Amino acid sequence: MTDAALAHGHADPHHLGGLQDSALGHEGPASKRIVTGYGFWIFLLSDIVMFSCFFAAFAVLHGQTAGGPSGAELFDLKSVAAETAFLLLSSFACGLASIAADVRNARWYQTAMAVTGVLGLCFLALEAREFASLVARGAGPTRSAFLTSFFTLVGCHGLHVSAGILWLLTMMAQVYAKGFRADILRRLLCFALFWHALDIIWVAIFSMVYLLGSAV
Amino acid sequence: MNILDPQGPIAAANKTILIDSVAIMLAIVVPTIVAILAFAYWFRQSNPRARYLPDFAYSGRIELVVWSIPALTIILLGGVAWIGSHELDPAVRVEGTGSPVRIQAVSLDWKWLFIYPDQRVATVNSLTVPVGAPLEFELTSASVWNVFFIPQLGSMIYTMNGMVTRLNLRADNEGDLRGLSAHFSGDGFPSMMFDVHVISPLDFPNWVANTAKTGAVLDADSYRELERQSVETGRRVYRLDNPRLFEYIATQKIPPAPGPTLTTQSAQSYLGK
Amino acid sequence: MLGKLDISAIPIDEPIPLVAGGIVLAIILAVLIWAGVKGYYPYIWREWITSVDHKRIGVMYVLLAMVMLLRGGIDAIMMRAQLAIAFHSDGLFPPQHYNQIFSAHGTIMIFFVGMPFVIGLMNLIVPLQLGVRDVAFPTLNSVGFWLTATGALLVNISLVIGEFARTGWLVFPPLSELTYSPGVGVDYYAWSLEISGIGTLVAGINLVTTVLKLRTRGMTYLRMPMFCWTTLASNLLIIAAFPILTATLTMLILDRYLGFHFFTNEAGGNSMMFMNLIWAWGHPEVYILVLPAFGIFSEVVSTFSSKALFGYRSMVLATMAICIISFMVWLHHFFTMGAGPNVNAVFGIASMIIAVPTGVKIYNWLFTMFGGRIRFDTPMMWAVGFMVTFIIGGLTGVLVAVPPADFLLHNSLFLVAHFHNVIIGAVLFGAFAGYTYWFPKAFGFRLHEGLGKAAFWFTLIGFYVTFVPLYAAGMLGMTRRMQHYDVAEWRPWMIAAGVGTILLTIGVVFQLLQLAVSIRHRDELRDATGDPWDGRSLEWATSSPPPVFNFAVMPNVTGEDAYWTIKSKARQQGLQAREPDYRDIEMPRNSPTGFVCAFFATVMGFALIWHIWWMVILGLVGAFATFVVFAWRDHDEYVIPADEVARIDRANLAERQAAVNAAESPA
Repeated sequence: MTDAALAHGHADPHHLGGLQDSALGHEGPASKRIVTGYGFWIFLLSDIVMFSCFFAAFAVLHGQTAGGPSGAELFDLKSVAAETAFLLLSSFACGLASIAADVRNARWYQTAMAVTGVLGLCFLALEAREFASLVARGAGPTRSAFLTSFFTLVGCHGLHVSAGILWLLTMMAQVYAKGFRADILRRLLCFALFWHALDIIWVAIFSMVYLLGSAV
Repeated sequence: MNILDPQGPIAAANKTILIDSVAIMLAIVVPTIVAILAFAYWFRQSNPRARYLPDFAYSGRIELVVWSIPALTIILLGGVAWIGSHELDPAVRVEGTGSPVRIQAVSLDWKWLFIYPDQRVATVNSLTVPVGAPLEFELTSASVWNVFFIPQLGSMIYTMNGMVTRLNLRADNEGDLRGLSAHFSGDGFPSMMFDVHVISPLDFPNWVANTAKTGAVLDADSYRELERQSVETGRRVYRLDNPRLFEYIATQKIPPAPGPTLTTQSAQSYLGK
Repeated sequence: MLGKLDISAIPIDEPIPLVAGGIVLAIILAVLIWAGVKGYYPYIWREWITSVDHKRIGVMYVLLAMVMLLRGGIDAIMMRAQLAIAFHSDGLFPPQHYNQIFSAHGTIMIFFVGMPFVIGLMNLIVPLQLGVRDVAFPTLNSVGFWLTATGALLVNISLVIGEFARTGWLVFPPLSELTYSPGVGVDYYAWSLEISGIGTLVAGINLVTTVLKLRTRGMTYLRMPMFCWTTLASNLLIIAAFPILTATLTMLILDRYLGFHFFTNEAGGNSMMFMNLIWAWGHPEVYILVLPAFGIFSEVVSTFSSKALFGYRSMVLATMAICIISFMVWLHHFFTMGAGPNVNAVFGIASMIIAVPTGVKIYNWLFTMFGGRIRFDTPMMWAVGFMVTFIIGGLTGVLVAVPPADFLLHNSLFLVAHFHNVIIGAVLFGAFAGYTYWFPKAFGFRLHEGLGKAAFWFTLIGFYVTFVPLYAAGMLGMTRRMQHYDVAEWRPWMIAAGVGTILLTIGVVFQLLQLAVSIRHRDELRDATGDPWDGRSLEWATSSPPPVFNFAVMPNVTGEDAYWTIKSKARQQGLQAREPDYRDIEMPRNSPTGFVCAFFATVMGFALIWHIWWMVILGLVGAFATFVVFAWRDHDEYVIPADEVARIDRANLAERQAAVNAAESPA
């Protein structure tokens, strides 16, 4: 390495002075915030493709109850409604956290993130309860292909939420330790995108799996 | 086992489509390959007679041609594919002389079981059929996937547990053929070759009668023995005890066949339970 | 304590894997000791293992690919030897071994040779061609590479601890379910690919973002080199397809580990669904491999013909058409599953439609050569060899896309010959072309021409001598994955294919020889101009190897073939470029994150395979901790001051000027 000083990246590494984001012609590489956000959107798209496979498996296997119980017999829509409420509210709280970060208000940020986390945990608690009760009734994932695909699809979403909560705690710790630094703000952007995307996937799950599944 | 030497109408039709498709494509491919080699040779740097055209990077006319040639070829071949797929759909009945012979084929590990439900006999790794008669196959598997394939009679088809696939063939010449499984199914896979005896329709009832004389009966016990993973060297024959055996296998009333039992010492512990 | 693992997992009673493993271990130890004795460790750690420089990571990807080519190639030699001998006999390898050999061969060649090779070349070259300093996410790039290496490592560990899958390279159920494959082989396969799949996905995200968001001033989409377009298309496919592989392998893993019923015979599982899912990934996968190769050939043919690529816009259109259509053809891998004539015909026709843009590309290369002044350096030899060979492979491909023809040829050696025809003819030839073409850029000296040409000829001829007999055997009804056979008509073709394998092996030997000789004679082969082939795109504007920041000042692009325009203008006006306005440059700091993360991934993967649950948790915690440590660092970049940039750049320019003068002045 040369005799160089350490620094942390600022938003305009190519000294383009803001020209790069113009729509006319091509002014050069985009800013770090745009690049990070873009890359994370692409990751979310890939995650949605993965979820689509589990949705497809559910569609193919939802009739294969192997003589066991079907969705209509198993689903507790009240619990599902509560889970949905928790998740949607947590997304709202996450939005508030983003705004707090934009205005650099650490106290509101930490509060909103904590609320987001607690609501997320409530969602997970209800889901864990649902899973445990199904297993106890002999309707666990090994009972039939339908239950396999149900547990996997909903469980995969739950795993993502769990990972999200781990990430949330990390982001709370980061801001607490380092403040609203540019790279931490970029990570927050990604976290928020992730959290909201999980919400969207949940909407698809409760529509396709629970609502449609109960009707059949 | 030469697919270019068909012994039945399905194989003949498959072969015709194969040859025709290759011919159509060669008509394009051969001139293209010649052009590639010719251009590469002519425009080599050391050739003073070749013109250097450094700015020749676009020509609308050439574009039109290079998009059209593959497109037209594909339209032609697409027609062949559409018509051929429909005419040669394995589930389509084949015309023939004499009454159709129903054969229910079950792939096991690692042998073929052929059940003749109407004749109440069953054979292992050996198929005997009359010349010219429509052969109506229903196929399933006792365990893992296989593919039933008699190259000189035509189209192959998968066999899968819990499902029934259908295939229709006809053998037009007397003689001996061979078939095999065309989907890898485990350690004994190479041994899943079977004989096909195409005999005169007058001899066929004799064959049935002789086979039915055998002492071996295909019942629950003898089937369970067949189910175990093993390689068959002989050509066993059975009388069929239950004409619904195939249906029981295909609907999983008889559960799928078991997998490997622990054999070698070194495999013992890391094979798990 | 150690899950399913105990001493019996080591194949003490099987000489071949034991000896092979012993030799590999000995070589690795020898290299490690040599590097230690020479004091190279600090350099290797600082400059390579922790590097986040796309050029270094690209080289490491290619190195991984070439090492794994040897492993996969040895598997192939064993297979062809077996089939030449095993007529009415058990041959050299009993089924339990042979079935692992062909499964490992396919898995390694696709995932650990083909993918790393093309990803490595894309990593190395795309930022240079786009005129920028690095990819979008440099540290993530390092993570992606090391996770891929983890996958390769796990597959190779299966040689000496446990066993590999015995199911073929795509582990179809029910054979791959626990009932019929109770050993750890399928688990090695599945976890290895789950981990390296994350690495590939990361590379995909990185390269798409780079091409779409990180180009130098003036480089609009239609001024990008063709290699960047094919990089875009290939990586879009990675993003769309690899999650399918991840999901499908997850389902199989859940079946095997937790008794789920995705693909089992019992309880309503659907093994046909696996076929659909795996090929929905599998077909785009082959286009992921071939599109970068097409891009390489576009660069090579135009450079060595001294002409701009013919029909640039239709090439772009054709590339994106291939990208999209590749998602619509997957059922052609199982026409014989009985989906019915309408479904079969539709997918057959869709598969043929993809031949149209592919054919257009061939014609565009043909007309690039027309009116050119072609120099037959090794990369161009590979290009012409590719064009002829790939067309034949394409022909046989369109043939098996016709369902009634496929009803005779599915799973036969004809099919095996077809896909080797297109993969070797396009991907391997493209990889070698790209390797030979861009080696001087990466290392500053050329590869020995004579040995390169020898490698080419032996590989080309060896390919035909190996695979034309396989086409014939397929026509004679021989199916794939047979450990032995008793049909006399097949035997001569198997022997012929064995001879061809010897020729292919000699070809690979020449490649290695070329590398060794070139390194030894690197001073004579030195290229100081940075532009040994009279190239047309921006990577040739840098020195060889480029400085860490690629370009002292990012270029301003005003047309296609950016560098050619710069050179032509300079030649016309007889100008030397005015000295640019040097500024400080910030570059990303190196980081051990990738390597450490991969270490924990290896631990986790191994533990999951052997059911050592406490070790899994350890690995998970370690991986998470690695990310937290990375997130906690305060300095993620370092500054190269302007005068340092100036010093490096002036030195490079002076060296280039001297070399150009020496070349142009009378002897």
